[in-house]
Amino acid sequence: MSAPERPRAGGGPRPGRPLTRPGLRGLLLLAIAVAALPLLFPKNYFVTVVGVAVGFNVILAVSLNLLIGYAGQISLGHAAFFGLGAYGSAILTTRYGLNPWLALLAGLAVTFLVASLIARPILRLKGHYLAMATLGFGIIVHIVMVQAVTLTGGPDGLSGIPGLSLPGWTLKTDLHWYGLVAGVMLIVVWLSLNIVDSRTGRALRAVHGSEFAAEMMGIDTARTKGQVFVLSALISAFAGSLFAHQQGFVSPDSFSFFVSIELVTMVVLGGMASTYGAVFGAVTLTLLKAGLVVFHDYEMVILGAILMVVMIFLPQGLFVGLAQGLRRGLARRRERRAAPGDEVA
Amino acid sequence: MLEVAGLAKSFGGVAALADVHFQVPADVVYAVIGPNGAGKTTLFNTLCGFYAPDEGSVHFESAPLTGLAPHAVAARGLSRTFQNLQVFFNMTVLENVMVGCHLRSRTGLLAAALRLPSVLREERQVREWARAALAFCGLDHLHARPAGALPYGVLKRVEVARALASRPKLLLMDEPAAGLNDTETVEMRGLIRRIRDAGVGVLLVEHNMDLVMQVSDRVLVLEYGSVLAEGTPAQIQADPRVIDAYLGGKVQYAVD
Repeated sequence: MSAPERPRAGGGPRPGRPLTRPGLRGLLLLAIAVAALPLLFPKNYFVTVVGVAVGFNVILAVSLNLLIGYAGQISLGHAAFFGLGAYGSAILTTRYGLNPWLALLAGLAVTFLVASLIARPILRLKGHYLAMATLGFGIIVHIVMVQAVTLTGGPDGLSGIPGLSLPGWTLKTDLHWYGLVAGVMLIVVWLSLNIVDSRTGRALRAVHGSEFAAEMMGIDTARTKGQVFVLSALISAFAGSLFAHQQGFVSPDSFSFFVSIELVTMVVLGGMASTYGAVFGAVTLTLLKAGLVVFHDYEMVILGAILMVVMIFLPQGLFVGLAQGLRRGLARRRERRAAPGDEVA
Repeated sequence: MLEVAGLAKSFGGVAALADVHFQVPADVVYAVIGPNGAGKTTLFNTLCGFYAPDEGSVHFESAPLTGLAPHAVAARGLSRTFQNLQVFFNMTVLENVMVGCHLRSRTGLLAAALRLPSVLREERQVREWARAALAFCGLDHLHARPAGALPYGVLKRVEVARALASRPKLLLMDEPAAGLNDTETVEMRGLIRRIRDAGVGVLLVEHNMDLVMQVSDRVLVLEYGSVLAEGTPAQIQADPRVIDAYLGGKVQYAVD
């Protein structure tokens, strides 16, 4: 193609996103924090016990964020996939004595089938209608968990789920589980960062921005939405399997409509369309809930109030809002220092 | 290049298009004009697979387009811009145009998630293509800006760059000059000419008659969903039926 109308200012590669991947710096920071916590506080309840719950929620929120934040497709039934993985592992190991890892794979296979089957018809819907349909799906799965007593143990759930062991390493203590869940969490964050900043990630964001324009750019929008829906479901089911083995017990309460709503809240609270926003939202909400337990009955009231205040003053989400503010502040400071025209690398 | 035969589309009894015939030769600017509601945008949406026609057929390079989904139409080498902006406001200018390279690249979900070396190579290539398309539209200096921070006139050209990045054989432009000021309209005129000179056909819907008459090789006039006239700009300007449709008749001297 012909030369640009205007010569490029400065010359050479420009500063900014291309190829430098600032996202990985964040991942390194996260990894350091995750590794440092149990070393600094090996006996702290908030690290070893709440920390594992935080890890699960981060995995779920990051996977849900791919769907809601990036592709712009709401799901109010995400806990169902978490539950499919968990119950898959629980039923196959306790009732059929299957090896936990095989049970995990079977759970993933079932989730893949279910998610693929409902993805096309459900993702044709938009906005409120999609919200209703996913909500319905979540409720159906929950009802099956409660009603299919012979298989699922009904409202009492299933107990006696065996632990997990890797070759040469049996997960026994809370700290072991912390290590495994943290490792999986970091991998999921890495996968998410990679996807977002790729051809597929741009296709997802294009679907969010304008589905018609995305189609005209050659993106098979139905297929793209379906793919991310299935991927998000698989990650959640994987987390569910680990959750079942970690807890040794599952009951329908862990996968109810309220859990789905909480996951959406984490994504929105941190800031949509930001992987670290989802991480931040999951960490904040899980810690808040654990910390607010001391307020007993008022726990949910305070949590609700915090959410309302955040949404009113930082509608783009805590993490995204604060990061934007910080960046703007730094830029203003730099401008004041540097003479105009200086290249800031 | 593009052959439209007997195309008809109606919405609840209102015929938006009725028995529309025309042929667009390769590498020309072909304009479609007509009063508001004449069916121009319906024609575009039908051509690119957004609406299924009730009757008739569309052939592109002798292969039928009718019945294909928009993304499949795009894969045949047809791209478009939109009357009401359909920019991806959640991305930077460069990323917008990189989406335009979707059909020229391969990376799937799994390879992207694992960020294989081949993915990085392709990313670099896509970035270059997108920068070239931006440069072609005179927008390269804005590539790092978020799309949401740019004025309307610039975004109109971002859409053009995005469409060109897919390397189409035919570009459908739906009112590219609508809402532009005089300077921007002149820029857009130059851009349309450069696109044609680069060997890309342009199918243009536009209300700005000066622009249409200056850039078009041929003009099609629609009225009430039917073809009123077809010919070179000079023929169209002299056609009494067109003057009637546009000016309500009896004032033929008003057209120079």
